[in-house]
Amino acid sequence: MTTSAPSPVAKLPVSLAQNPLLSSWVQISPAGRVTVSPGKVEIGQGIVTALAQIAADELDIDIERVRMIRASTATSPNEGATSGSLSVQQSGRAIRAACAEIRQLFLTAASDRLGVRADVLDIQDGTISGPGNVRTSYWELADQVSLDREANPGAVPKSASRRTLAGHSIQRLDIPDKVFARPRFIHDVALPGLLHGRVLRAEMPAATLVALPEDGARAVAGLIAIVRDGNFVGVVTESEDGAEAALQALRKEAKWSAGEILPNESALAEWLQAQPSEVTVIDEKASPRRGVKQRTIRRLYSRPYLAHASIAPSCAMAQWSGERVQVWTHSQGVYLLRADLALVLGLPEQQITVEHLEGAGCYGHNAADDVALDAVLLAKAAGGRPVRVQWSRRDEMSHAPFGAAMAIEIEADLDAGGEIIDWRHQIWSNGHTARPGRAAQPALLAASELAKPFPRMIATNPPPANGGGADRNSVPLYDWPSWKIQSHRLLTMPIRTSALRTLGAQGNVFATESFLDELAAERGEDPIAFRLRQLKDIRAQDVIRAAAKRAHWKPAKRDGIGYGAGFARYKNTGAYCAAVAEIESAEEIRVKRLTIAVDVGEAINPDGVINQIEGGAIQATSWVLKERVRFDRERITSASWTDYPILRFSEVPEVEVVLIPRAELEPLGAGEAAHGPVTAAIANAVFDALGVRVRNLPITRDSLIAAMEL
Amino acid sequence: MPNILFRLNGVETGVDADPDSSLLGCLRGRLGMTGAHYGCGANECGACNVLIGDHAVAACDTPLWSVEGKDVTTPEGLGSGQAPHPLQLAFIAEQALQCGYCVPGILISAAALLKQNPHPTAADVKAALDRNLCRCGSHNRMVRAVLRAAAAMAAL
Repeated sequence: MTTSAPSPVAKLPVSLAQNPLLSSWVQISPAGRVTVSPGKVEIGQGIVTALAQIAADELDIDIERVRMIRASTATSPNEGATSGSLSVQQSGRAIRAACAEIRQLFLTAASDRLGVRADVLDIQDGTISGPGNVRTSYWELADQVSLDREANPGAVPKSASRRTLAGHSIQRLDIPDKVFARPRFIHDVALPGLLHGRVLRAEMPAATLVALPEDGARAVAGLIAIVRDGNFVGVVTESEDGAEAALQALRKEAKWSAGEILPNESALAEWLQAQPSEVTVIDEKASPRRGVKQRTIRRLYSRPYLAHASIAPSCAMAQWSGERVQVWTHSQGVYLLRADLALVLGLPEQQITVEHLEGAGCYGHNAADDVALDAVLLAKAAGGRPVRVQWSRRDEMSHAPFGAAMAIEIEADLDAGGEIIDWRHQIWSNGHTARPGRAAQPALLAASELAKPFPRMIATNPPPANGGGADRNSVPLYDWPSWKIQSHRLLTMPIRTSALRTLGAQGNVFATESFLDELAAERGEDPIAFRLRQLKDIRAQDVIRAAAKRAHWKPAKRDGIGYGAGFARYKNTGAYCAAVAEIESAEEIRVKRLTIAVDVGEAINPDGVINQIEGGAIQATSWVLKERVRFDRERITSASWTDYPILRFSEVPEVEVVLIPRAELEPLGAGEAAHGPVTAAIANAVFDALGVRVRNLPITRDSLIAAMEL
Repeated sequence: MPNILFRLNGVETGVDADPDSSLLGCLRGRLGMTGAHYGCGANECGACNVLIGDHAVAACDTPLWSVEGKDVTTPEGLGSGQAPHPLQLAFIAEQALQCGYCVPGILISAAALLKQNPHPTAADVKAALDRNLCRCGSHNRMVRAVLRAAAAMAAL
């Protein structure tokens, strides 16, 4: 294998350009410690370890010397949200470039001190040595080399072949704490004088509080305060049990008006298509080599609302000191949350400090930010003591934002040979992001409940240049002569939606790859071969071939067993992923095995990448086979694990991951690569086994029967 | 005066509390043992599992009175960095988690399994963990880790 020569960073990586001060990323102490301070946060994906690997590698130090700092608005670079599978791309590149420059600064200082040329010096675990046994170290020079300077383009990171940590599967730094049950999660951290808060919410969205008798709650021992501001109600107590008791007492007596009417869940696609919407042409392509249309095929696909359903309910802590407030949160973006808190509180941002603490696995914009505002509001009544607020399972499953339901219509014109000559893809969906900190109005739930309420935010979509939202992965990677892609963003939002892992990509890849499978089946052409001959991109072809080869595509037909394939390049700019599913059809559909090939460019921590792909594949299987937010016309009804079941140990498929080595290429995130391809592969395998095309997710006994009746 | 007495991780423990209140609230609150995690409060996810005797039970759904005189083992009681349980070493070796919030409860369920069945098959492990929910999709790694721990314990 040839290795490209290391090349200078021509321009600063985006995160470093936005936060150019080197010392905001890395600090080196005379005591031999290296502190690395990324703006991205650990959400269960292992990013902190990957970033530590990059830093230690570039600086030539043992990883044990690295201390990773949790993001805080007090100290950290502002890297927006930890989302979109961009942490390695953004934070990783910034840290690599910053560390390469810092390494060079120290080599220059060492050269001056030792009187030898910098290019003959070598660094091992921070000790800098050269010919004639001269030596110094980062630690000796730490006081001389100021990192309070702006980064410059031109630093030369190591070539792939010289990296000893990045590219290797080292154990994650956070795992020992977690298996030894040391307090690390925000739910478990003890602060001196900590009080406990709970918030009362109506089951009906946007309901109005009519009456709130407080006698029962007032009788609870250890009650500190009942807080009411409009429709926002909460309690603060000395103990957690007390908070639960006071909340129960309030809930029993509270009277609410009816809320907003919810859609009919059994006619969701029709409802989505009938709502007022804003239409955007996402992409349009025309080509003179377009053939003569022989016929047109049209199909409608849908996916339901999906819940984040983290294992932990959302949680936050807040503590006021005069006009300043300190907030601890598992939000994906400490600065973004701070901006929204400032809007709601009418405070300058400088008076609010937001610091990250780990929560349970986060798959997008869940209630982490909402509960932070809850804590801030309740802590106002706590006399300067810190307050921890934790949501209930019910609130987590009914009031946190959901991944948006989608209706997707694909229409293709075929020529006489059955080849695609025009492709039209339309999406009807609520927006896929309503994150805080990005608009002139706050996105936080309680903000819409106050006596002087802020309007409820209607979710929007990120621009296509950032990967898009509802339209994510809707522009084909296939080599067709013409297409038109349109997105209809709903302007009403009775069911709250925001970013869930992959945004619209899961729905769009499901639709596109199902449609292709239908065409291949109709042509009697192998679906893998059908895809390969329409894809020019070599990396795309490679992952498809690798997955097919590992899965022994296509095994001989057996009764009740089906095989299906799916492919996507996440966001069309991220990781390449192809999946082959083997399913068994009995009483229910069972996914037996998923074989997945992935190309993430340079894999900083290969086992970490595989872990992310496995997890994404299993979560996608759960979405496809089990998950659907349920509601009647008044309220969300799938507010428990019984009513919103997810995949269990006995139902989990075997997952095999083939990682394509690309050490010389830019690293890409892995967290969202598998969902779309796995979804499509399962649906296509169901067709292979049963000859039934399920176009409405999830694929359950009921949806199979409905599809058979069509 | 304590009205409920039990052994917590091998230590005689007394608490003065409402006997009908939950074991989980007592552990996490007055006893400051936060290893058992709150997930649902309804015995549906397994995040708060503890051992009572040799059995894994959901602490959120266990009234305090019912542990009177019993042995209660929380995730902290399984082992520590200095004296790790083979399951804990195996979870590290297999990197068998993503976020880790469900892990303490899963370790408890696995520990209960290995007490009753020291030589489980993969299917046995899946059955034993079936009431524990994991949202990150680390199931297969966890099953491998439990099998690894069983092998390590058999070799002792």
